[in-house]
Amino acid sequence: MNDPLLSVRGLQTCFATTKGLVRAVDGVSFDVRRGETFALLGESGCGKSITALSIMRLLPQPVGQITAGQILLNGENLLTLPEVDMRAVRGGRIAMIFQEPMTSLNPVLTVHEQIAESLARHKGLKGSAADNRVHELLDAVGIPAPKARAKEYPHQLSGGMKQRVMIAIALAGEPDLLIADEPTTALDVTIQAQVLELLEQLQRDMGMALLMITHDLGVVAEMADHIAVMYGGQVVEQACRDDFFASPAHPYSRKLFQSLPDMKKRDQPLAVIPGNVPSPHTRFDGCRFAPRCDAVWPLCRTEPPQWQSVNGDPEDHHNNNVHHVRCHLAAAENSAKQAALESKAGENIDSKTDIDAVTRPDDGTIANSDNTSDVTLLAVDELKVHFPIRKGLLKRTAGHVHAVDGVNLTIHRGQTVALVGESGCGKTTAGKAILQLTKATAGSICFEGDELTQLKGEALRRRRRDFQIIFQDPYSSMNPRMVVANIIEEGMQALRVGGNNSTERQARIDQLLQQVGLPTDSKYRYPHEFSGGQRQRICIARALAVEPKLIICDEPTSALDVSVQAQILNLLKSLQNRLGLSYLFITHNLSVVAYLADEVLVMYLGRIVERGTTDEVLNSAKHPYTQALLSAVPTIDTTSKKEIVRLEGDLPSPIDPPTGCHFHPRCPHSQPVCRERYPAAVQHSDSHQSLCHLFTNEKDDSEECHSET
Amino acid sequence: MIKPELLLTDLLIYLLVAGIIYFIIYTRRHEHLRRPWRQVMSTRTGAVTLVILLTYVTIGLLDSIHFQLPLENQNNQHETHYSAEVLSVFDIIVTPLRERVEKTYSAPLAAHAYAKETIELPQGGQQRTYPRLLYGGAHLDDPATERITDIVATTLRALAVALLLWSIIIYVTAWWLSHGQQTSAAAMLQRILNNECATPWRAILVCIGVIVAILCLLTALSAKYHVFGTDKVGEDVLYQTLKSVRTGLVIGALTTLIMLPFAILLGIMAGYFRGWIDDVIQYLYTTLNSIPGVLLIAASILMLQVYMANNAEQFETVTDRADMRLLFLCIILGITSWTGLCRILRGETLKLRETDYIQAARAFGVRHLTIITRHILPNVMHIVLIAVVLDFSGLVLAEAVLSYVGVGVDPTMQSWGNMINAARLEMAREPMVWWSLLAAFVMMFILVLSANLFSDAVRDAFDPRLRKMD
Repeated sequence: MNDPLLSVRGLQTCFATTKGLVRAVDGVSFDVRRGETFALLGESGCGKSITALSIMRLLPQPVGQITAGQILLNGENLLTLPEVDMRAVRGGRIAMIFQEPMTSLNPVLTVHEQIAESLARHKGLKGSAADNRVHELLDAVGIPAPKARAKEYPHQLSGGMKQRVMIAIALAGEPDLLIADEPTTALDVTIQAQVLELLEQLQRDMGMALLMITHDLGVVAEMADHIAVMYGGQVVEQACRDDFFASPAHPYSRKLFQSLPDMKKRDQPLAVIPGNVPSPHTRFDGCRFAPRCDAVWPLCRTEPPQWQSVNGDPEDHHNNNVHHVRCHLAAAENSAKQAALESKAGENIDSKTDIDAVTRPDDGTIANSDNTSDVTLLAVDELKVHFPIRKGLLKRTAGHVHAVDGVNLTIHRGQTVALVGESGCGKTTAGKAILQLTKATAGSICFEGDELTQLKGEALRRRRRDFQIIFQDPYSSMNPRMVVANIIEEGMQALRVGGNNSTERQARIDQLLQQVGLPTDSKYRYPHEFSGGQRQRICIARALAVEPKLIICDEPTSALDVSVQAQILNLLKSLQNRLGLSYLFITHNLSVVAYLADEVLVMYLGRIVERGTTDEVLNSAKHPYTQALLSAVPTIDTTSKKEIVRLEGDLPSPIDPPTGCHFHPRCPHSQPVCRERYPAAVQHSDSHQSLCHLFTNEKDDSEECHSET
Repeated sequence: MIKPELLLTDLLIYLLVAGIIYFIIYTRRHEHLRRPWRQVMSTRTGAVTLVILLTYVTIGLLDSIHFQLPLENQNNQHETHYSAEVLSVFDIIVTPLRERVEKTYSAPLAAHAYAKETIELPQGGQQRTYPRLLYGGAHLDDPATERITDIVATTLRALAVALLLWSIIIYVTAWWLSHGQQTSAAAMLQRILNNECATPWRAILVCIGVIVAILCLLTALSAKYHVFGTDKVGEDVLYQTLKSVRTGLVIGALTTLIMLPFAILLGIMAGYFRGWIDDVIQYLYTTLNSIPGVLLIAASILMLQVYMANNAEQFETVTDRADMRLLFLCIILGITSWTGLCRILRGETLKLRETDYIQAARAFGVRHLTIITRHILPNVMHIVLIAVVLDFSGLVLAEAVLSYVGVGVDPTMQSWGNMINAARLEMAREPMVWWSLLAAFVMMFILVLSANLFSDAVRDAFDPRLRKMD
């Protein structure tokens, strides 16, 4: 085994805040070897990004301080280097790419200048030698026409392209180690797949080590060789990929797996980790996960667990290949003397799974999805939303953004319809048009027989109580200057529901808060006092306050951590069962769709390209775009090798959509006819429909086949 | 009986004070508003500058309660006649300063006039010399030998009194603070000295100590001398600078008060409604912005002067006229200076109207006016506050500039601008008269510097981008 390239030993990073010293990273140790991918996995606030910044010594000054530990790069302690030498390390030996490609590039410099800057600093390349190297690098990261692209400015590039340029800049110094801090979180799944593939290929070609920081179990499963799970500033589990995915040892890791939504868990509530990610201000006495752990026993609360190997080998503590965990349970399992405790703890877990099993039929989800009545609640027909682009002094309309370009959908009472697509495909605009927040250009939106586009003034106001919205970002969806009670009361006041006087409304607010699982004394607190998940609960309570029949959920869980996402999904599902709500679920997260939706609509560039029941769309997708979308999603299922369809390029601009089928420039099955006209709808079954020329041609064949059989 | 006189600017100041008191009470009840203010008070700069500003405000407020004194009843008439002179409570407090008028210039703390005069000697004959002042150092027999000792002795006595007063203030503060926290006053005092309180009481008390010392010093010295000298007509310069405080504060405060409704209403409307409303408002402020401000102010002030000359009967006293001109100046300054804030508010509203909570409110069918007052206004208030505090110091300076140009406040009104304007000639004569300019400069400098530092503290506390990690 070769020596580690980077080894971090007992790293402790503190932040001076107004509330005192906070240990953001508390005793983290791990090794990264040459040519391997090491993943730091954790939810927000667990200290994974701070670890990366500590390695680069880029902590915000003067508040952030590394107070203990060593960071050894090839045996040399980076923490004792003077700042001058450290500058050669950054970019030269360790490079970093960040989460947000939009803000990581300087908007006033060309791509060439930004890459050449790094070349001049670390390789001393200037003039034509630098030009050539820039083109090589751009070529290496898969940017077409590198010579032309090098002269462009960041705003001329798409998000995926920008991230490629960031990678090119990072590679310019030919680093030994590349730190990627959530490199694909801000990107769409199809672009994410491209970037991950690129990183993997570059790592192979250049023999770099890759330190990958992510919260996405799927990304970890596809990329990592070794995994360290962080929680509350500590590494709680470390293993190689196969061990980790086969048998996660820490209760936190186990719960993370259980709380991932997918199709198999449809009929049961998701396992949740109660509570929230601890704030960095929390003082811990025992195990940091103890307050949220369901396998907790008294020792956990009093004594911090030791770092130990799962198999009980008293081996080197930092051997990457040995599965390590920081849990009293593992110690107990290892120790024969504590067999009694083991069985008790084991029972705990077993009994929990039993409870899940027992609650399954009780829950009535299956029954309910059958109960989905045939009463049509909302029927949208040929909905179009075009935004004019105005140019010049007189603001003449120079063109239109075809944000939504002919969408049909129907939602029945008690049904969940998912609208899936990449960002920029118009799904949020469609949602806002249905809510009458954005004016529809054409088409009809019929809600229980009322044509919403024709309603005006008081009539529309009265109708508004029937449909509500839950937003993506729980931080910006509430007025920070109002207390929770006023936030919830606002809709009741405006629409005159929930009682005429204040006392009746207050009683209703208490009831709503209980319904969404919040204590009633949170009424007089401000939104900033709550965590993301709790805020999302308040938003749900606000929407429920006016007793709507339809709730449009605009990516309600995408800003939340996995463990909290499960809580919100469970809440949404149980509310649907109790109140018979219908949901229009706008999302790009296919696993959430698989768990929650009855019907799925796939949207591409303002139009719906495929529709069907969840099972039909996710398991036997017809449209090439749906297939690509499905295969781009990283899965934790490492055993089954699915067919990989990789999409080239980015989503085209909705200002000037491609002729014919909008998808043809990126489609692997493109035919000449695709360029000429938009395909007609093809029924695959009663409920399954797609719009693709592949099947309009096949249709005749298949009909023949049917007639033969 | 005295006859109260309510000047227009007084009325507006009372309204403003009432508004501020309401705002403080409102803030105390709302945690999200209290928090930034507590942060302002927890910084040393914020707390100290606030104490200094409050000192100025106290002077200004005392100077804003006006009345006319009755004339002595000479002919046993039943009706009382009132003096044409409008006085304020502040004037009464500093009566000696106001009444002890010399003949002409005298240097600070001087016992002799600044220019030679020919005086008749008691024994007959004439001598050209520096005459003794009527009031300044009049108690001395031989100023040449006694003056310095007398000044030093008075200073030391004043400082001793100040020290005594200061200790009393410190003890009362400690007692008052300990009352709320159930500790002894001595323990509280210890904590204050070690700077262990959330509010920097030590810095505040030191600042109060300095202010008390200066007050005692001025009181003691000005009883016997003219601390800042006298001006051309022999008026005490210290009195003038103190009277100028009100003018400066009125210009700073009332102008912002007049500017705010324009800026807030138009800015938010432009940003919220967009479309043609936005176009009209933008057109309005772009046009207004392109007219030179001084030109507009000069034209309006000249118009007002003509109006006052033609309708002299509407203005009973000189003070009335001066006050009208001051108010008019505030109004015209306010009308020309709302555009900057309006533009910022429009931009912020454009951003806010797309936020999710306003979308949610629209989805509930909440009315536009309610959305503006409940969601947008509170969320742009921090910008308004920062702009107001920043503009304040700019306006105090603008008054000086405008008076210098000749279109500022009435020449009979004491103001720093008028003092500086007068100093133009005084600096040109030989020997030079420097104390008017210096006194005006020092007073204005302290006020503007405190206002600027205070606005920095306010901005740090309210600007979300600068807000520290919670």
